[in-house]
Amino acid sequence: MPRSRLTAPMRESTSLDLDKAVPVPTQPARRVTFAPAASPDPKQADALARAQAGDHQAFAQLYSLHKRRIYSLCLRMVGNIAEAEDLTQEAFLQLHRKIATFRGDSAFSTWLHRLAVNVVLMQLRKKGLNLISLDEAMEPVPEQSPGRSFGAPDLALSGAIDRLALERAVGDLPAGYRLIFILHDVEGYEHNEIASMLECSIGNSKSQLHKARLRLRDALRRSAQKEAQR
Amino acid sequence: MTGDRDKMSCVEFQAQLPELVGSGADAGAHPHIQSCELCRALLSDLETIAEAARQLFPVEEPPEELWEHIELAIKSEEGEPGDSN
Repeated sequence: MPRSRLTAPMRESTSLDLDKAVPVPTQPARRVTFAPAASPDPKQADALARAQAGDHQAFAQLYSLHKRRIYSLCLRMVGNIAEAEDLTQEAFLQLHRKIATFRGDSAFSTWLHRLAVNVVLMQLRKKGLNLISLDEAMEPVPEQSPGRSFGAPDLALSGAIDRLALERAVGDLPAGYRLIFILHDVEGYEHNEIASMLECSIGNSKSQLHKARLRLRDALRRSAQKEAQR
Repeated sequence: MTGDRDKMSCVEFQAQLPELVGSGADAGAHPHIQSCELCRALLSDLETIAEAARQLFPVEEPPEELWEHIELAIKSEEGEPGDSN
């Protein structure tokens, strides 16, 4: 069966190429073949070992290697620069506290990425985003009922989406929808992983992602219509 | 069974769509999609959005001073080993 274009993207490797070969415990056919936990980058492995032994310079080196990816992740998830900076700081503080516990069961960058996602999720919960309530949203409300997604074929997206318009539309999504969209479509997490992280059902993750995409479609079509009227 | 799938209404098909695409199945091969232009356009749009998402959000550089803040926080924690706050 052909792979759907709507499944999670293959995880991209970082500039460190650290997460290229972690054996994937679930649905291995869909994911990149990751590198073994032992890093192919000797500098990275050395810095990691030294940081685990308490070497501050080595920790600074790890920060330097991973700061862009973690900051970018935080920024995507919360859509706010100041919050993204605070969350990046918190993620690296947690890394500092926990780095000695890293055993290499997965690639370091994968481990750190997950740690950062959890930091963001904790913050969102503190702010009142009730992720559990996402399950309640399974019941369709009139404005989100399936029939609403119809549109005349001539309004269908052309296939060439304005990237800035899409980024704006993602930023305008309600927090819960944005979170699942970012985790699945941008970061490449599978529904079972998202369900575990958000403590919701897999079906709910699928449903919320679908609704997020429908909202984005509506927003992009409105944007395209406005452009056409100019 | 296949006959039922062929006769499925758009509402019924779209109600199944989250599970269908979330399962990784090829939704484009569904009998309803083969015969319904509207749902085909919808599916195409959703695929376009999902693919575009993979190109979204360039990697951003955090501000220079962020490391200084982290260093200070680490030193503060190390200076107060018993303080969990």
